Amino acid sequence: MAYKTIVEDDIDILVAGAGLGGTGAAWEARYWGQDKKIVIAEKANIDRSGAVAQGLYAINCYMGTRFGENNPEDHVRYARIDLMGMVREDLLFDMARHVDSAVHQFEEWGLPLMRNPKTGAYQREGRWQIMIHGESYKPIVAEAAKKSADKVFNRICVTHLLMDEAKENRVAGAVGFNVRTGNYHVFKSKTVVVGAGGASNIYKPRSVGEGAGRVWYAPWSSGSAYGLLIGAGAKMTQMENRIVLARFKDGYGPVGAYFLHLKTYTQNGFGEEYESKWFPALEEMVGKRYLDVEASHRTHRPIPTCLRNHALINEVNAGRGPIHMVTMEAFQDPHLEEIGWHNFLGMTVGQAVLWAATDLDPKYENPELTTSEPYVMGSHATGCGAWCSGPEDLSPPEYYWGYNRMTTVEGLFGAGDAVGGTPHAFSSGSFTEGRLAAKAACQYIDDGKAEGIRVSESQIERRREEIYKPMEHYKTYRNEITAGTVNPNYINPRQALDRLQKLMDEYCGGVTVNYMTNEKLLNIGLKKLKVFEEDLEKIAAENVHELLRAWEVKHRHLTSEAVMQHTLFRKETRWPGYYYRGDALKVDDDNWHVLTVSRRDPKTGEYTMEKAPLYHIVDEAEEAAA
Amino acid sequence: MPTFVYMTRCDGCGHCVDICPSDIMHIDKVTRRAYNIEPNMCWECYSCVKACPHHAIDVRGYADFAPLGHSVRVIRDEEKGVIAWRIKFRNGKKDMNLLAPITTKPWGKHIPQLKDVPAPSAEQRASQLLFNEPKYIRMDDGDIHTLKSNGLKLVEGVEGY
Ligand SMILES: Cc1cc2nc3c(=O)[nH]c(=O)nc-3n(C[C@H](O)[C@H](O)[C@H](O)COP(=O)(O)OP(=O)(O)OC[C@H]3O[C@@H](n4cnc5c(N)ncnc54)[C@H](O)[C@@H]3O)c2cc1C
Ligand code: SF4
Ligand code: SF4
Repeated sequence: MAYKTIVEDDIDILVAGAGLGGTGAAWEARYWGQDKKIVIAEKANIDRSGAVAQGLYAINCYMGTRFGENNPEDHVRYARIDLMGMVREDLLFDMARHVDSAVHQFEEWGLPLMRNPKTGAYQREGRWQIMIHGESYKPIVAEAAKKSADKVFNRICVTHLLMDEAKENRVAGAVGFNVRTGNYHVFKSKTVVVGAGGASNIYKPRSVGEGAGRVWYAPWSSGSAYGLLIGAGAKMTQMENRIVLARFKDGYGPVGAYFLHLKTYTQNGFGEEYESKWFPALEEMVGKRYLDVEASHRTHRPIPTCLRNHALINEVNAGRGPIHMVTMEAFQDPHLEEIGWHNFLGMTVGQAVLWAATDLDPKYENPELTTSEPYVMGSHATGCGAWCSGPEDLSPPEYYWGYNRMTTVEGLFGAGDAVGGTPHAFSSGSFTEGRLAAKAACQYIDDGKAEGIRVSESQIERRREEIYKPMEHYKTYRNEITAGTVNPNYINPRQALDRLQKLMDEYCGGVTVNYMTNEKLLNIGLKKLKVFEEDLEKIAAENVHELLRAWEVKHRHLTSEAVMQHTLFRKETRWPGYYYRGDALKVDDDNWHVLTVSRRDPKTGEYTMEKAPLYHIVDEAEEAAA
Repeated sequence: MPTFVYMTRCDGCGHCVDICPSDIMHIDKVTRRAYNIEPNMCWECYSCVKACPHHAIDVRGYADFAPLGHSVRVIRDEEKGVIAWRIKFRNGKKDMNLLAPITTKPWGKHIPQLKDVPAPSAEQRASQLLFNEPKYIRMDDGDIHTLKSNGLKLVEGVEGY
């Protein structure tokens, strides 16, 4: 094949994937590494890439310490109750103590943040969320990243990380291909910050046919952050913690502003409040520690997101659907009505289109809600991702090995969805994590940790062959058949994606099985995933665009296998409403008040699983008194 | 709602191809105009619609659940820093115009070049601070939050919960 090899050498910091985390990393790296070489490799165009491509109407993580609103530990407590205890509190505290500085910068750069005319503080949507006119959120942060980076390579699908051959378990850069020219790109780098985002389209979506792109997380969220890290042998954590979202039906429009700002609420098909009915049984299932309805009423402690899903799912299964969002009251106020529409135009235009197409005017009709298929990501109400070191001044020994946000592979850092155990980071927190990772990466280099990296030509050549294999495979076998897509020697990327989605759906708790699974199903699923892996070696790509889809599905496969392994390992139902282990339907704090950590051996593909201790932040005074 | 392109408006300039995050706006080799090659991987994010200088791209709700006959159009003006939307319902009963700011400042002018700001001191490097902190975290003179400053500690296991 006539594709060129293009080598970019002597990079200090390579940002692989520049969404919110990656742009934060590229931007901040320039300050701590003014003479360092900073390069971005991005699958799309950083001006409109990642989950924030269409914009956002809210920044969901802002403390407001400067307005006397919240301290970092308040946010930690919120995230941990929402995730039923399973979070990395050191990383969360660290993110929360810096996040305001990112938001204040956004405002200086021109991002329109709304202000509360009475207090002068930012307009709150809820305790943690502030409202913005964020259509250009992504172009603005991209501008900052471009200012700091020496070079931006758009349209590079990063497929693998390069590993150092002088020292075991140390990163040496990354490789990929240009999705337009097809050229092979080699990035030799002392450190890599992976910001390649979470995963949609792992599970069979509710949407079908032409509408299959209508997923909640962006269809281009290919799980590459996980695929790259798992492929390099980095340890992962909480990969079983996939998320299911209650959203407006079909359009998956966000509900945050509706609940928090417009004060809309839900009811069942008969116009009844239904949630509280399910709470007594849920209290039994998860224990008072995680659901204490009385205490929640008293102290405004939130009810975990998954448990609210559980109520919705069960109410529908009991035959009292559909669930409606009651908008008819709020929308009588023209100002609130306008906010309701702006909210979609700012971040999920598709919902506005759908309501226009179906003549659904929320002023006169209450729209339906539904629960989505599961997603694997780490910055929303869930914490999948890499097992990373925390900062020196916060982290207990089990969580600390030298550099903030460094994975268990030396020189390899993560940000945003890539980092595990840090839910509720959202856009601002992901950007902040990128900044933290970049500073740590500069320190790592300055400490001489990246000396003597060696990458052989054979490693580069081996990856090259691997990358283009789907195209070679197509050429070899295409002419055995007359025409069409049915071939005994290969499957195409779409066929592979369909297989993966069906398998994950049926064996690992997707939507068609009401999020239910058990040990038997998971073991069968794992076997099928192994066979699927063999078939992925025979995936065929007709052109470079299909080659992109081929590598996306390979990353999704690695992500899925980790989800399956973790789901099998955690023998309890920690998050009813996200998924259920039918053979262990209760929360089991005696055995599972721990974080789950996995490693896939890159040579053998074998998994090892372990439990890691959970540390919780408590008040010194409280502890002394107890 | 996947995108489609009006034949008479598109001149094949490629702006949509350049911006689509899903890599699905391509130029047809025969007509030399853009089209959506993979509608079922379209997020209806409108990035291409906003980027097209000729307003040649529109969106038609996903065939699977969106009836025909609606319209959601947009004009994004970087110079003026605003975005204008028009939503028309299928039954014609609702026709809304909505306007929102997209930036408060001229593009890129207020983002500093960090190469040229004073280099961080050794002390800053050894600290937990990021660029421009602690100024950007708080209004008072207070320093960055730590477990100690906030009277906290980390305790292992369910007991600490
Ligand atoms: C519908 C929706 C609504 C949301 N609402 C809010 C909200 O109101 N407020 C809020 O704060 N947050 C919100 N979020 C969450 C927020 O968008 C994410 O938390 C955040 O974008 C995660 O950042 P990230 O950097 O990890 O991933 P992303 O921002 O998704 O970035 C990943 C990047 O990696 C690139 N990439 C992927 N694979 C590869 C590869 N193989 N090679 C090279 N590059 C690659 C992608 O193109 C992309 O640029 C919302 C998200 C969605 C989808
Ligand atoms: S941006 Fe508009 S005019 Fe240019 S190729 Fe795309 S559709 Fe055609
Ligand atoms: S709407 Fe978005 S995903 Fe669809 S073609 Fe346009 S840019 Fe691509």
